[in-house]
Amino acid sequence: MADHGHDPRAFRKRGAASGPDRDAHEPPVPIPGMEHIPGMPTPRRSGDDEPRKKRSSRPRPGPPGPNDSLDEAVRRQIRAYPGTITYLDLIRRNKRASAILVACMILLAVVVGVTIGAASSLYVAPPNSALDSPLSPMVLGALVGGLLGLVISGAGAVWAFNAGANAILRMSHAKPVSRERDPELVNIVEELAIAAGIPVPKIYVIGDSAMNAFATGKDPEHAAVAITVGLRQKLTRDELQGVMAHEIAHIRHYDIRFSMLMAVMVGLIAVATDAFLRVTWHAGHRTRRSSREAAGAQVVVMLVALVLAILAPLIATIIQMAYSRQREYLADAGAVELTRYPKGLADALRKLAADTDPLVDTANRGTAHMYIVNPLNKMRRNPHEVSGPFSSHPPIAKRIARLEALMR
Amino acid sequence: MNTLITLAIVVGVFIIILLIVIGLYNSLVRKKIDTENAWAQIDVQLKRRYDLIPNLVETVKGYASHERETLEGVIQARNQAVQITSDAAHAGQKAEAENMLTQALGRLFALSEAYPDLKANENFAALQEELTSTENRLGFARQHYNDTVARYQEALQTFPSNIIAAVFNFEKREYFELEPSSEAREAPKVSFS
Repeated sequence: MADHGHDPRAFRKRGAASGPDRDAHEPPVPIPGMEHIPGMPTPRRSGDDEPRKKRSSRPRPGPPGPNDSLDEAVRRQIRAYPGTITYLDLIRRNKRASAILVACMILLAVVVGVTIGAASSLYVAPPNSALDSPLSPMVLGALVGGLLGLVISGAGAVWAFNAGANAILRMSHAKPVSRERDPELVNIVEELAIAAGIPVPKIYVIGDSAMNAFATGKDPEHAAVAITVGLRQKLTRDELQGVMAHEIAHIRHYDIRFSMLMAVMVGLIAVATDAFLRVTWHAGHRTRRSSREAAGAQVVVMLVALVLAILAPLIATIIQMAYSRQREYLADAGAVELTRYPKGLADALRKLAADTDPLVDTANRGTAHMYIVNPLNKMRRNPHEVSGPFSSHPPIAKRIARLEALMR
Repeated sequence: MNTLITLAIVVGVFIIILLIVIGLYNSLVRKKIDTENAWAQIDVQLKRRYDLIPNLVETVKGYASHERETLEGVIQARNQAVQITSDAAHAGQKAEAENMLTQALGRLFALSEAYPDLKANENFAALQEELTSTENRLGFARQHYNDTVARYQEALQTFPSNIIAAVFNFEKREYFELEPSSEAREAPKVSFS
């Protein structure tokens, strides 16, 4: 039998503490594909300077390896992440990314505001109507539009930061769960919050038969996890623990902040783009009868507007998806750091991959990236699904393979 | 003029060094507080377990009163563990007593396998879930505590924070370790015949 010295779950419900590979402490095989994640800070070795603690050990039967000094456990846990980054690096990275995201969105809103302002100036006052320079109403319109964009997007960012999580939960029809209703689920989440050293997040259930889960919130103090009824019912305690550990890892890494802002921004961009296209089309339509130079200026503005309208959501989506794919791997690694039991999550992912009805009715393109597996993809059952720039999640088979690499 | 520049440079360097020292000191304090918070969490879970055990023993007694040895073992281990002051300074001692208790509980649960009536008892099932969860919490709290200790210890021993630690007398923290003498827990000796 393996030594369970570092096994936080000495008591498992049934058939439990029997896994011989539960606690192998030998350093895991480097995980294929996990070594080079762009934008990662320089790896730093934590714990390597720890002295080996002396301990009274006596010869024990069982497989070799678990010569478990604590340092080994700590090191192994840190190695669950690619390279030797720790969750602290991920927090820093996510806070920075969130700030950059907000800044970019405000900038984009200003640019869009300027364009709308300039375009609508043509509608309000055609350039050839006044005797002075035909540009001045346009400049005025651009200024007003830019300012409006700044104010609106600033207010939107503040709102998104503070109320985004609740909006997302409401949109997903998530209902809070009490301890009386589901003691096991509440226990599992509370346990993992202890492991991560964060406050217990609010727990929600989504009444959907599809198997899925997500976490959201602005920081660990204001976080929530949500799980669909389908997933809740089909998992064992170990698997549920793996899934919840993945969500808790998202919270701990501050992924939730970035993904929440992303979800709200994508939603807002969709609305704004729609309104915006209508306005420019309308403006163009109205001034079609005016002079040739005016038409020239108009065409330029409209072109810029069109390009923006098409590119903005596209770029937002690509960023959204690319960022979240990395984060899924990292959250899987973070889950292993918490539970030290890759098998739980791997088994859960296998069940998720086999889900015959994976569509979550309340998920949309804006929130898809937050879920543990893609809630929109009908083809998810194909485990070798290609992962292009538009897929929000890495193929499940790859995630399972990486978890299995940690099991040895 | 020249002396002024030199003075400015000296003062500048001094300020920079001061800022670095302050930063290192604060990060050491933060890491130390982290270990204390993490310990407090272990403590909460230990208390939770002490409170659950009498209930559990009573429930089991109703079905398997003749397993006195095991039941008394659990009570005894619990009472012993309760007595040890729990603060981070006694982590080693406390861990030992808690391990005894964990082993005793392990035997109790292994024993319950032999009593289908007991296993079917709703109260027992609820208690078992609570105790399973408490054990998990305890394990996770311990894991988290040890992680914070590892980070703190690393700061104590690496340059340059080790200098600050020595100057301001930061004390080492003990890990909360499970001793390898836990073979009883891994393979409870239960006879089903």
